[in-house]
Amino acid sequence: MIPIEHYLFLSSFMFVTGVVGVITRRNAIVVFMSIELMLNSANLVFVTFSSYLGNVTGQLVVFFVMAVAAAEAAVGLAIIIAIFRNKLTVNLDEINILKW
Amino acid sequence: MTFTVHDLISLSPVLLIGVGILATLIIEMLVKESEKILGWFTFVLLLSVAYLSLILLDHTALVFEDKFLTGGRVNIFFFLFSFGAAVVSLLSMEYIKKAGIHFGEYYIMLLSSVLGMMLISGATDFIMIFIGLEQMSVCFYVLAGFNRRNERSLEAALKYFLLGSFATGFLVFGLGLIYGAVGSLSITEIVIGYETLKTSPLFLTGTLLFIIGFSFKIAAVPFHMWVPDVYQGAPTSVTALMSTTGKAAAFSALIIIFSPIIQAAYPSFFTPVISVLAVLSMLYGSIVAISQNDLKRMLAYSSIAHAGYMLIGLAAWNEKGVSGVIFYLVAYTFMNLAAFGLISLIEKRDLRGTEFSDYKGLGFKQPVLAGLMALTMFALSGIPPFAGFFGKYYVFLSAIEAGMTWLAIVGVISSVISVYFYLRLIVVMYFDNSDEIVMVTPSTSAMLGIMISVLLIIIMGVAPGSIINLINSTF
Repeated sequence: MIPIEHYLFLSSFMFVTGVVGVITRRNAIVVFMSIELMLNSANLVFVTFSSYLGNVTGQLVVFFVMAVAAAEAAVGLAIIIAIFRNKLTVNLDEINILKW
Repeated sequence: MTFTVHDLISLSPVLLIGVGILATLIIEMLVKESEKILGWFTFVLLLSVAYLSLILLDHTALVFEDKFLTGGRVNIFFFLFSFGAAVVSLLSMEYIKKAGIHFGEYYIMLLSSVLGMMLISGATDFIMIFIGLEQMSVCFYVLAGFNRRNERSLEAALKYFLLGSFATGFLVFGLGLIYGAVGSLSITEIVIGYETLKTSPLFLTGTLLFIIGFSFKIAAVPFHMWVPDVYQGAPTSVTALMSTTGKAAAFSALIIIFSPIIQAAYPSFFTPVISVLAVLSMLYGSIVAISQNDLKRMLAYSSIAHAGYMLIGLAAWNEKGVSGVIFYLVAYTFMNLAAFGLISLIEKRDLRGTEFSDYKGLGFKQPVLAGLMALTMFALSGIPPFAGFFGKYYVFLSAIEAGMTWLAIVGVISSVISVYFYLRLIVVMYFDNSDEIVMVTPSTSAMLGIMISVLLIIIMGVAPGSIINLINSTF
C-alpha cells in the first residue's frame, strides 16, 4: 500500500501549483484553470483521508465540491465570455478601469 | 432519524423561501412582463419569511441528520437576511429599471442568495457551511455582472469571481485537512476531540486555511483587495445586498463555528490571528477611505473598517462580544442599506454620478434626500444617538471585559479617523454649491425602503437595550 504521505504531498503540490498559477498568470482562463486545480487538490485530500480512515464522508464531500465547481465554471465562463465580447481581451492587466 | 411536524414548522422559513424561488421561476416563465410584479412578489415573500423567523424564535430543532439548526440565534440571522433582502428588493425596483437591467432573473438570484445565507447561518456541519457559502457567492457573481453591457459591472463580476473562487480553494483545502485530522466534518465532533486536536499540525493548518478563506468573504485586510472594485463596479442595489447581508452571513458562520470551539479552549491560538485581522482591517479601511473620491468606493473601504470592528467582538470572545457582533451586524446592515439606497437614487442613468463632486449643493436642492444621507453618515461614523454608536460601544466593551483594552483603543482611534470621511460628504452637501444637480423624484418603493432602514437606525439608537436583550435571550 502506498503510504498516505505520498498522496498528501501530491495534493499539496497541486494546491501550491494552483496558488502560484493564480498569482502569476494574467490570462483569465488560465487563472480559472489554476483555481480548478486548487479545488481538485482538495478533492484528492478528501478521497485520501476517506480511504485511509475508512470513512465515507470524504467521498460524499467530493461530490458536493465537484457540483459546486461545475456551477462556478458555468458562471465564471459566462462572465469571461461577456468580458471578451465587450473588450476583446481576457488579459487581467487590461481589465483595469476600476482603481483609485 | 425521523422528521417530525415540529421540525417542519421550525424549518418553515427556509422551506418558504425555497418554494418562493420555484414560484418566482414559474411566474417568470409564464407571465408576460413578469418583472413588473416580481419585485413586489419578492418583497412580500421575504417579509413573510422575516415574520415567520421572528415568531419561531424559540422553536429550536436539529434537523437533517443533525446537520441544520433552527431557532434562537439562527432565527435572528434568518430575520436579518430576509428583512435586509426585502429592503434591497424595494430599493432595486426602480434602480434596475433605470439601469436597463429590468429582468425577472434578478429577483430569482436575489432569493437564491438569501437561501444560501440561511443555509450558512443554521449549519452545524462544515459541508452545509460550504454549500450555503457557495450558493450565496455564485448568485453574487451573477448579480455583480448583471449589467452585462456595462464594462465596470463586468469587471467587478470577473474580479469578484476570480478572487471569490480563489478563496473557496483555500476553504475547501482547509476543510480537507480538518477532515483528515478529525475524521468527520461535524462541529460537535471537533469540540469533543478538541483537547487532542489543538496540538495536531494537520488541524491547525486546516483551520488557518479555513480562516484565510473566510477572511476573503468578510473582507478583512489583507484579503480585502476585491472589495473596493466589486462594490464600486456592481449595480448599486447589488452592492447593498453584498455588503450587508452577504457579510452578515459570513460572520454568522464564524460565530457558529467558533462558539463551541473557542468555548472549549480559551484563549486559543485563533484569538491572536483574529485580533491581527481586526487591527489591520480597522486602520487600513479608515485610512484609505480618506483619499477616495467615489462614494461607493469610500463606503467599500468603510465596510472593511466595519468588518474590523466586528472582528473585535469575535476576538474578545465572551457572551457580550457575540451579542455585540450580532447587534453591530443588524445596525451595519440597515445603515449601509440606507446609504446605498440613497446613492442609487442620486445615481444617473448611465450609472455615473457617485463621486463626491456630484453631491455638491445637494443640501439645498434636495433637502429630504440630503437630510437622510447626513443622518446615515452620522450613524455610520458612530455618533450617538444612532445605531452605529451602540454597535461600537458593545463591541469595545466586550474587548475591555476580555482584558484586551488595546484592541478597543485601536478601535476608538480608527473610528475617530473615520469621522473625517463621513462628515466630508456632509460638508460637500451643505457647504458647497453647484448648478449641475439633476433633480430626481424618488420612487415610492425606494423611499419606503430607505425610510424603513432609517427608522430602524433611529430605533436601534434610541432603544438599544431591548434589542440587545432580545439577542441575549437566544443564548
